Amino acid sequence: MALCRRRRHRQEVADKYGITINVTQINDYVESVNQYTAGKFDGVTVTNMDALTIPAAGGVDTTALIIGDFSNGNDGIVLKKGKTVADIKGRKINMVELSVSHYLLARALNSVKLKEKDIKVVNTSDSDIVGAFKSKDSTAVITWNPQLMEVRAEPDSTLVYDSSKIPGEIIDTLAVKTETLKDNPDFGKALVGIWFETLALMSDAGDKGKTAREAMAKLSGTDLAGFDTQLKTTKMFYTPKEAVAFAKGGELVKTMELVRTFCFEHNLLGEGVKSKDAIGIAFPSGETMGRKANLKLRFDASFMQMAADGKL
Amino acid sequence: MNIAPSRIGRLMLALLPFVLIATIYVVASAERRAVNPDDKLLPPVSEMADAVRRVAFEPDRRSGEIVLWTDTAASLQRLALGLGIATLIGLVFGLAIGVLPMVSATLAPLVAVLSMIPPMAILPVLFIVFGLGELSKVVLIVIGVGPFLIRDLSLAVAALPAEQIVKAQSLGASTWQVAIRVVLPQIMPRLIDAVRLSLGPAFLFLISAEAIAAESGLGYRIFLVRRFLAMDVILPYVAWITLLAYLMDYALARLSRATFPWAYK
Repeated sequence: MALCRRRRHRQEVADKYGITINVTQINDYVESVNQYTAGKFDGVTVTNMDALTIPAAGGVDTTALIIGDFSNGNDGIVLKKGKTVADIKGRKINMVELSVSHYLLARALNSVKLKEKDIKVVNTSDSDIVGAFKSKDSTAVITWNPQLMEVRAEPDSTLVYDSSKIPGEIIDTLAVKTETLKDNPDFGKALVGIWFETLALMSDAGDKGKTAREAMAKLSGTDLAGFDTQLKTTKMFYTPKEAVAFAKGGELVKTMELVRTFCFEHNLLGEGVKSKDAIGIAFPSGETMGRKANLKLRFDASFMQMAADGKL
Repeated sequence: MNIAPSRIGRLMLALLPFVLIATIYVVASAERRAVNPDDKLLPPVSEMADAVRRVAFEPDRRSGEIVLWTDTAASLQRLALGLGIATLIGLVFGLAIGVLPMVSATLAPLVAVLSMIPPMAILPVLFIVFGLGELSKVVLIVIGVGPFLIRDLSLAVAALPAEQIVKAQSLGASTWQVAIRVVLPQIMPRLIDAVRLSLGPAFLFLISAEAIAAESGLGYRIFLVRRFLAMDVILPYVAWITLLAYLMDYALARLSRATFPWAYK
């Protein structure tokens, strides 16, 4: 996300707390999460599923400080010459294996009582998905935006399933090291502050908002129209209040149960792991899931609550 | 300069850097583990052995296949096809360009230009033209090492003494006979050497292609498990690829010495 790259603003907020925040944009998503897990960064923007399988499963105690948005149609399954999800049977599917696309596939197959054995997965880099779909031998892809818009524009193609069928399950978070946050709560406050100020600017209906969105669109390699289309299929939490309500709601717990079951079944929690309970997950309500002695992923709404109460 | 190691001394010296690297790894791994017992970046040797047992001897939970062998078979097939076709092209065109001035004038500049195209840069084009299946992976290897082989062999032909060619011709040899009976045998050892040197780039192209779109293969597995930092699988795979490449290199060297002993006198 192209958030808080505006240096001057970041500086103002950081100065308020007397800390320095360095933001680095890494063009390869998985690499950025890996770098965070290796200890090169204190925070990273990551999906709920990858936060569980990469840092948390790698023993890096991680706190999801901000719930930014969830995919509400931003991820989808597109078939050539097919009208429904059931038509996916027997096809070879190009997608990034073991990513949120794979999760979406599992949910889609489940909805029509198919098994993963009924299809074949071809691991395809997200940057080559569009090119892949143009070739004859590719008849099914699963991807996210902006690639999803491109593949939907191909002749004969139909979007048969998308993340709006499973709202709230593919979540974008800003996650930080629990230890850093504990030692330095101001780090969390500064991040949350910058985040929601930027979002307020972004959702501004006037020229200020347009300029901000234009800049963000440019940073994410699209234009204002493309960026706005993407926002339509993303449920953004523009205010801290909405984000807190989502984080504290019961749906998040149900989602994480589905996600961790998927991850365990696909060996994503580690090959030697014998149960999905191996990695503990904590929720804002105090409720936990899995082994309490090994809490590695924590959803924390307290900082967003501070923002909602204007107490940052 | 005049102090040379004995046979055993040579072996010990050769092993020394390997032992050193292994020791540094074990120490660094233990240190990371002391801080974070679930660390995945530098897994201890015992965990890598575990991972090897899993991928090399036990059927996979999802596919029921023994992944290391499936991956190795898929990769070696692509590599053999790619290198085989590239070698054939290199030999035929290298010989033709070296022996026939008319062919050289027509093709040598083209090959010189083609060999400068970075193959990875045209990978997206290859995927669209040849699809995402086996063909594009093989083509990438052919494009990657073919021009080098052509150029190397045509240079080897040019380096043959002109007197030899003239002599063969004055003894009545036709162009075909010169090419097949005089030139070809002399450039064969060079061909094998050039293929040996191409093994590295061939593996590079193979793994790059597999990383982008594949359903099995050594590169596929590495880039798949990279998603959850499974270094306990990645590092043994790297060692396995290195071993495979080393064995191929060794086998080609032995083949060359056995088939063309005169070249090593």
